[in-house]
Amino acid sequence: MNTKCDHCEKPAEVHEIDAIKGVHVHLCREHAVEAGFQVPQSAPVTDLLTHFATLQAPSQSPKRVEKPTACGNCGATFARFRKTGLLGCPDCYEAFSKQLDGVIARSQNGASNHTGRVPDRSSALIDLQALRRSLIEELDRAVASEQYERAASLRDRLHTLASESAE
Amino acid sequence: MPRTGTHAVKLKQTGPWIEHSGPDADVVVSSRARLARNLSGLPFVNQASDAEKREVLQLVQTLPLAGDRSEELLWIDLQQSTPEDRRLLFERHLVSRQFLESDSPRAVAIADDEQLSVMVNEEDHLRMQVLLPGLNLEEAWRRVVDFDRRLEKNADIAAHPRWGYLTACPTNVGTAIRFSVMLHLPGLRLTNELERLRRASNDLDLAVRGFYGEGSDSSGDFYQVSNQLTLGVSETDLLATFVGEIVPRIVTYERMARDILIERSSTLLEDRVYRALGTLRSARLLAIEESMKHLSRVRLGITLGLLTDIPLGTVQRLFLEVQPAHLRRVQPDSIDDTALEPVTEDRLLDDERTRRRRADMVRSALSE
Ligand SMILES: [Zn+2]
Ligand SMILES: [Zn+2]
Repeated sequence: MNTKCDHCEKPAEVHEIDAIKGVHVHLCREHAVEAGFQVPQSAPVTDLLTHFATLQAPSQSPKRVEKPTACGNCGATFARFRKTGLLGCPDCYEAFSKQLDGVIARSQNGASNHTGRVPDRSSALIDLQALRRSLIEELDRAVASEQYERAASLRDRLHTLASESAE
Repeated sequence: MPRTGTHAVKLKQTGPWIEHSGPDADVVVSSRARLARNLSGLPFVNQASDAEKREVLQLVQTLPLAGDRSEELLWIDLQQSTPEDRRLLFERHLVSRQFLESDSPRAVAIADDEQLSVMVNEEDHLRMQVLLPGLNLEEAWRRVVDFDRRLEKNADIAAHPRWGYLTACPTNVGTAIRFSVMLHLPGLRLTNELERLRRASNDLDLAVRGFYGEGSDSSGDFYQVSNQLTLGVSETDLLATFVGEIVPRIVTYERMARDILIERSSTLLEDRVYRALGTLRSARLLAIEESMKHLSRVRLGITLGLLTDIPLGTVQRLFLEVQPAHLRRVQPDSIDDTALEPVTEDRLLDDERTRRRRADMVRSALSE
């Protein structure tokens, strides 16, 4: 295929076809990434095409072509959001930021910027949370393998951590 | 988070504050401020595995969240509680219906006075609310933010520079706050003015919902008014609009409707109030919807000064005690020795035995 990108002179690597509206979109790697596509490092073009075709099939009358992206952190897709109305994790907000812009503005009377309180955060806090999480995971393992003494000392450490951070 | 019990629900017979009536109690039954928060680094509840959900529970349970008033928080693991206890929490407005019906790892932490409660693993990792009698949104806000500050001191909360606090549903981002007031609006209902209120509320981006009603209609004329916008309006601006404009306007509107009713159709109004009281004082079987309807009219009669021998608090308590799970607590079955069936099936909620027990209870509470 020698089709050029819709936005520049480079050869298109991503081809999206909306079967219902008959719209063809051709994008080079860079412009595809910019448009929110997840472009695998060396996927053959045909693979991408079939992937898009299956993703496109069930949608009723798409005004805009659905971006078949998934959140890199939790794996949730935008199609899943369409169905459930719920996102999978905080990172989904970055992964689908383009689509969410409209969704949020529509539900919020056009507003797109937060005004008000923001979390009081520090890196020490993030470390503390990570530490607490790993202690809890260790505690679970200790209990599961019936290492009760170890579990007791882990529980103590969690308590100490709690009282320290309370001060 | 200190805990005093894990398995059985050790709640008092009725909410400790239910009989208190706050400011503007003739119209405003209660005020609530609720915040949604999520821990960063973990998937939202809908995408989390059971193991991750349990991790959230443990994480929250180990946080030192007790405040200056050293509030003891009662931790209730919903997977380990009985359907009857879960229903009780729901009737007490401490958990949502969705929370009641789910079967995944989840818990609720409740302060001693039951005014503050935190659902863990509902739609968001944490949904914390403060619920107070009467019109008292400022205090509800102060207390819930106090709790939120302690949470933020100890946990990394998911937020975005542009969209503020991040929630599982993107329509709640920003402040992720929901202010709501529960209003008793029999006057607007009887004068057919509710539709106009709904339209006006819509223009102000407010949601109006029937409160006790399980379906679309609001039994007992209770309506919940809450904000829909959470982005682009600060918490304090929203609060100011609520307490300074929105609620006073609806309260005035309802009082006007009541005045009109007294002026133009006092006999009809008195007839409704006394008939309702008569039914509650003499019925031998009372269905839930029916008791809500009559209690609503008695409440109206009290606030209008027609009924002077019944304290408002008694009626407030009855609104709660006629609910199925509360009814079972207040009036343990003394007539039948059969063990109580769990209150899971809807048909069990309002069978003949329940209706009889409800009528007995209401009759004795309102006896002359
Ligand atoms: Zn290009
Ligand atoms: Zn995600």
